[in-house]
Amino acid sequence: MIEAVGLTKRYGDKTAVYNLSFQVRPGAVTGFLGPNGSGKSTTMRMILGLDNPTAGNVTIGGYPYRKLPNAPRQVGALLDAKAVHGGRAARSHLLSLAQLSGIPARRVDEVLGVVGLQDVARKRSKGFSLGMGQRLGIAAALLGDPQVLLFDEPVNGLDPEGILWVRNLMKSLAAEGRTVFVSSHLMSEMALTADHLIVIGRGQLLADMSVKDFIAANSAGFARVRTPDTEPQLREKLAGALTEAGGHVLPEQDGALRVTGLPLPRISDIAHDSDVRLWELSPHQASLEEAYMRMTQGAVDYRSTTDQKAGLMQQLPPGAQPPMPVPGQGQPGWYAPPPPEQGGQGPYGAPGAPAATPGAGVPNPYAAQAPQAPQPPAQPPAAPPQAPAQPPAAPATASAPAAPTKPEDAR
Amino acid sequence: MSTPQPPMPQTAAPNWQAAPGSSYPTYTSPIPVVRTHLGHALASEWTKIRSVRSTMWTLGVFVLLVVGIGLAAAALVAANSSGAGLSEENPLSFGFFGLLLGSMCIITLGVLTTASEYGTGMIRTTMTACPTRGRVLAAKAIVFFAVAFVVTLASVLLVALADVAMLDAREPSGEEWLKGTVGISLYIALLGLLSLVVGSIIRHSAGAITIMIGVLLAPLVIALFMFSQSLEDLQRALFEYSIPNQLSVFYEQSLSETGPSGWDPLWIMLVVTAAAFAGAYALLEQRDV
Repeated sequence: MIEAVGLTKRYGDKTAVYNLSFQVRPGAVTGFLGPNGSGKSTTMRMILGLDNPTAGNVTIGGYPYRKLPNAPRQVGALLDAKAVHGGRAARSHLLSLAQLSGIPARRVDEVLGVVGLQDVARKRSKGFSLGMGQRLGIAAALLGDPQVLLFDEPVNGLDPEGILWVRNLMKSLAAEGRTVFVSSHLMSEMALTADHLIVIGRGQLLADMSVKDFIAANSAGFARVRTPDTEPQLREKLAGALTEAGGHVLPEQDGALRVTGLPLPRISDIAHDSDVRLWELSPHQASLEEAYMRMTQGAVDYRSTTDQKAGLMQQLPPGAQPPMPVPGQGQPGWYAPPPPEQGGQGPYGAPGAPAATPGAGVPNPYAAQAPQAPQPPAQPPAAPPQAPAQPPAAPATASAPAAPTKPEDAR
Repeated sequence: MSTPQPPMPQTAAPNWQAAPGSSYPTYTSPIPVVRTHLGHALASEWTKIRSVRSTMWTLGVFVLLVVGIGLAAAALVAANSSGAGLSEENPLSFGFFGLLLGSMCIITLGVLTTASEYGTGMIRTTMTACPTRGRVLAAKAIVFFAVAFVVTLASVLLVALADVAMLDAREPSGEEWLKGTVGISLYIALLGLLSLVVGSIIRHSAGAITIMIGVLLAPLVIALFMFSQSLEDLQRALFEYSIPNQLSVFYEQSLSETGPSGWDPLWIMLVVTAAAFAGAYALLEQRDV
């Protein structure tokens, strides 16, 4: 049982973790999710007493880690794979840890077998691949046969077979009644492994709920509507009508519309009423991956942009068409909310935003986002052919209040 | 499952929903739980220090320098002396040159014992396995000190016996034997321990080694360039308390008549190292790993 209350960590004027409160229960795999730099590792280090929290506290079984009796027998941790002296053989590394924790030496050979490193036990860990390093780290975590296990990004660098092994290992550890706390930035991985999720972004709690609830609350479906490509004005007309009817419309990159907040028959009716022919009207279920991305999009610190090669291009001969950027460069923009400094209304972008309570009172970030910048500013240098249709669509949707879409997030 | 649970503060976090029942499933390891103490940490550090190649390299080079230069110096003097010139000399003092150079190896090993754990990230694994941080530092200090002392004593003793046998100098007195072997070995081991402590404070191998080599050589080099009359006192103090001069005090070969004498260097080094150790201990308890 891990319990954090108001956990806060500042490094200088940078706040890595802010007012984090959560509990990790035994008997389940708890996933700890967040984008890069969101404070996952810092939180892990605070749980293990390596970093002192600036405020708040975190306890394991009721004790702060550094006051825990027989700590290495109660808690095992994989922090980073290469937290090992590269010049030391795998077995010597584990032996030194076993001796430090008062664990019999034969346990070392046992865990080496468990992680499948028995053949390289006497090789120096400097020559290990990333996956082998991870296995060595997992061996160190299992050494004390502890009741609480923490893994920071355990599947990094593992081959598919290794990933499957880690997945099953965690589940079996949890099934034995242990507390298993696994951090990852891969939602897809956690969806398969974890029973419970704790999601953080920019050091703050975004969600703390079971995977089932998370899916129900966050992977709301949408309808994809496509109007004839030949008549862009129809698309614009339909977008306006749908928004008026309380729907939420986002243009997709290939010219289709993504509609939420309206059932499919209603969309069809509206299209019919406004004399717009439809080429496509299809239901879609957003993946958990997408739900997670939407939830954390305001909290992503490192976002890639399109490689523009500005000023490096050859001068184009007069009349020549500038090349189109290949779609997919940079991070997808259609679910990107306005950056916090622009509108600041992203529920999680503003500092000091209240921690999300599961399912209640939290505006679905997908529904509530203001639909500016559907095409990121990375695109303008080479105007795409469908550009004429874009500018009118954006103001039309922007004028709609975000409130009517509220019912969407009631699971 | 009616074992008394440790008290858990029920300050129910805001997001806590539907705790299933009151008691949680627990896992109990079949491996017997042992209450750990310093002995476990000593065994662990002993495993660590002997399982890396840098230990073998630095100690190997150390022995090579001390014994090699010591024997070479003695052989050179024995071949060139006319007999009468050496009769007043302490034959043990020819071990000095090798030891001065060799001390760099001990400094390096001392720094690496602590700082390399920070360089590799190993320290986080260690401190997770033993949250009583002071115990780890103490164990490192004890293991390193013992290794450094034993290796230095063995090398110095070998050189001393060879010197006495090869040179027809006077017979050293009992105290001279003690100071020239055990005394100087303790001093060198303490110098290494100071490096270990500095490594723990600086947490960076190259930085800490540079600092310690500076401590070893800088006072002497700075003093060499102090020609000014007004700085004469400072210059003399730098000379007398520089580590090379303190080393030579063990052979009664001090550069000057004043300054440390007898066993003074050992006490000076002991006090400095103890102070640094206290500082490192306090920092280790406070700082983030």
